[in-house]
Amino acid sequence: MTVTENMKKIIFLLLALLVHPLAQGQLQIEIISGNASALPIAIVPFSWEEPDPAPLTGVAEIVSNDLYRSGLFDPMESKDMPDRPSDEESIRFGTWRLLKVDYMVIGKVRTAPDGQGHELIYQLFDVHTQEKLLSQITTVGQGDLRFGAHRVADAIYKALTGVPGAFSTRIAYVTAIGTGKATKFELVVADADGFSPQSVVGSPEPLLSPAWSPDGKKLAYVSFEKGNSAIYMQDVSTGARELVSSGRGINGAPAFSPDGKSMALTLSRSGNPEIYIKNLATGAETQLTNHWAIDTEAVWAPDGKHIYFTSDRGGKPQIYRVPVTGGNPERVTLSGDSNARASIAPDGKRIAVAQGRGNEYRIAVWDTESQRFTILTPGTLDESPSFAPNGSMVLYATREGMRGVLSAVSADGNVRQRLILSDGDVREPAWSPVIR
Amino acid sequence: MNTALRLVMAALITMAIVACQPKPKPTEEVPPGSETTTEGAAVEGAPDPRDYTDARNFDNPESLLSKRVVYFDFDKSTVRAEYRGIVAAHAAYLAAHAAGRVTLEGHTDERGTREYNLGLGERRGNAVMGLMSAQGARGDQLVVVSYGEERPVCRVSDESCWAENRRVEIVYTAR
Repeated sequence: MTVTENMKKIIFLLLALLVHPLAQGQLQIEIISGNASALPIAIVPFSWEEPDPAPLTGVAEIVSNDLYRSGLFDPMESKDMPDRPSDEESIRFGTWRLLKVDYMVIGKVRTAPDGQGHELIYQLFDVHTQEKLLSQITTVGQGDLRFGAHRVADAIYKALTGVPGAFSTRIAYVTAIGTGKATKFELVVADADGFSPQSVVGSPEPLLSPAWSPDGKKLAYVSFEKGNSAIYMQDVSTGARELVSSGRGINGAPAFSPDGKSMALTLSRSGNPEIYIKNLATGAETQLTNHWAIDTEAVWAPDGKHIYFTSDRGGKPQIYRVPVTGGNPERVTLSGDSNARASIAPDGKRIAVAQGRGNEYRIAVWDTESQRFTILTPGTLDESPSFAPNGSMVLYATREGMRGVLSAVSADGNVRQRLILSDGDVREPAWSPVIR
Repeated sequence: MNTALRLVMAALITMAIVACQPKPKPTEEVPPGSETTTEGAAVEGAPDPRDYTDARNFDNPESLLSKRVVYFDFDKSTVRAEYRGIVAAHAAYLAAHAAGRVTLEGHTDERGTREYNLGLGERRGNAVMGLMSAQGARGDQLVVVSYGEERPVCRVSDESCWAENRRVEIVYTAR
């Protein structure tokens, strides 16, 4: 059962955290610009029905924060709530209607029947019609209430927006602390809300380009620890890693295929950067591009049939597309001075890029159907866009003064939030796939 | 003068001499034993700065051999005329010293994406390597490593800083 698998994974993660405590603080998230039409919702604190004392941060608070950060919801603060019902019979809908709450969630936390873990039992109501929209039980492992709460937020988000939530996913990013040759680099994985940061690898040499395997278990990345770029693949929970490529020249831009069996990468052993496809089982490499230009930053279409990549074969960097089986690349992005580092939405129709114009770099989304760009961010040095696995948001790197920070913007550009690390530079975000 | 005073003076003189020793530049990677001694320089006099086969010129600010950074225009990998002399000097040294080995570290400014900049940094390294090869350095003496924008020397987001970061560093791993 998937829940048991998750339990194991979470226990592993906790153990890993105990072994490698991260010196840095977690990411702090704040909304920079919100959405006026956010839905008023009340997540009533869940009643705690376990023998052990309740945790300091309750499930409802985590759910409220998740929904708030999406920009689509305006959760009521618990101190403003008239009462705290935990079963359907005791909800006084009239009172909540007067408080202009459209939706409300009630629930309780109990010890799971097998005695190992928690059961989150909850219901979602339309306050106006008193209709029960959702009634579910989520079971999670011992001591992993946060993950359970993110699952609850995912379900509520889906019930009210029709789109699966991405709150129970994770993000990978690179931190750089210190300056010059004394800089310390670290590849970190954290929950999508910035909690539970876990160091995957640390190095005195640059780390970049983390890419998730489709099952969310592994990260591929580029490390300069050997004095030149090299690609590694590492199991996030066990830490076991293998060297994928460290030939002469550039070894960069790894990207797992949707089936997880192959990896696209950039190698310059021929004299300049070209895209190759590596079969991860056999190690066989096939050259996909062959041009004097810089061809790099390969990403796979969700159906696995095409590779999108950055090339300056037309003079400035633009996004091109080529069948995985080979052939003539065709240019995809048809406007904008330069467009690079594509991230493809799960629908396969929207492509987020870092768009350059003079000294300004912004995150823009190319719609392959309307053949138009929507500019999502104000700049001026925004890069490394990474779509959420539900396509609702784009995580990206930006600069604040001399420091790198991560931001996330809703796919329509209306809601923007900032993820701040207590110290150092944060860059190279990669949003994980949905972890089942 | 009594013995104690003599000892104090000797100590002071020693300290003064130590303090006058030039500090090693952190960016230079000089293998142990290859540095020329100050006595040698004093006896033979300063080397001819235009003799690019003379290793003493690595530390002679008058000589092009002491210059080991080539700067580039934005998104370009052409070696500008003003830096060709530096590249030629190092090519001449390598041609004369078969054991000499150089890593050409290619760097870019922060504009543009990181992986594209790895490509651009390599292009710059290759441009310097091409010139050096044409001027007598052998292929096995030269290695290009691109760091892209990952190793800036200056961190402010403006043109003066970007110009310092768009560079190829000529790093000797053996002289």
